[in-house]
Amino acid sequence: MDHIDREIISASQAGLPLTPEPYQTLAEQIGISADDLMQRLTHMQELGIIRRIGAIPNHYRLGYKHNGMTVWDIDDTFIDALGKKVGALDFVSHCYHRPRHLPDWPYNLFAMVHGKTAEAAAIQIQQIANLLGEHCLAHEVLYSTRILKKTGLRIKANVPS
Amino acid sequence: MLSFLHQQLLNDYQQDFPLSPTPYLDIANTLGVTEEEVLAAFSALAEQDFISRIGPIIQPNQLGISTLVAMAIPEADMSKVADIVSQYPEVNHNYEREHRFNLWFVLIARDQPHLANVIEQIERQTGFKTMQLPLLEDYFINLGFQLDLDSKAEAILVSA
Repeated sequence: MDHIDREIISASQAGLPLTPEPYQTLAEQIGISADDLMQRLTHMQELGIIRRIGAIPNHYRLGYKHNGMTVWDIDDTFIDALGKKVGALDFVSHCYHRPRHLPDWPYNLFAMVHGKTAEAAAIQIQQIANLLGEHCLAHEVLYSTRILKKTGLRIKANVPS
Repeated sequence: MLSFLHQQLLNDYQQDFPLSPTPYLDIANTLGVTEEEVLAAFSALAEQDFISRIGPIIQPNQLGISTLVAMAIPEADMSKVADIVSQYPEVNHNYEREHRFNLWFVLIARDQPHLANVIEQIERQTGFKTMQLPLLEDYFINLGFQLDLDSKAEAILVSA
């Protein structure tokens, strides 16, 4: 990954332009050819730097007002196996293993759920609880009450790797 | 209401947006509509903020280093602390949540010293401690959240 790759990612965070040849437009901004840009994007996808290219929906605007960060205290022996199962649920948008922070924070598995109603979110949470079963010692759900800041990835393109 | 085309664009192009010289034309050909219709529909979705953007989604920790941070802030200090935190360009996704730990944000920095420095500045400036919960493993498998768009979404697209 070189500085041009970083520039591509940085430039693309504002979104692809809605013009017939968006990659061409982006390539001109950076000063490379559209072919080079598309090859680099393909390569970064192959390397796993780019997870996917797509239109990113705004869940909240689409009616998903009940966004819960569910957090679970899972037996460390089973966390990878169970984390993969939770991550595969089609209503879970993010699923991460994070460290506990004892005694304040006993939870090591995080999964984001999105419901149009509180009931819909509660059903999703129950499904996760059922899946985790006895390997989950405790859980909580933290609903967001205010979005204070939401920006795309911001990384200076000229930062040396 | 979202038209059928809007729904298709929202659900079918969260991944595999074409990487070709004319992606909107490719989508139009797949869906049996014109390129102009696809561009107009995406423009409407973007204007109404139903999509935040079209582009690459970066895998966490591939560019620099990041961590989730939580803080427990007394209600009276919340606005002040939230404003201080949000001012940092390294901070994104800053949320208030219902919990003793009521302020949650993601910090992205170019390396570990930079990250540690920002944490220290935030703690000094706000007077409150942080709890850092960096990513250990990402279990994300499904590549697109299936949106339920049929039931009358609050979605009201005026121009489409």
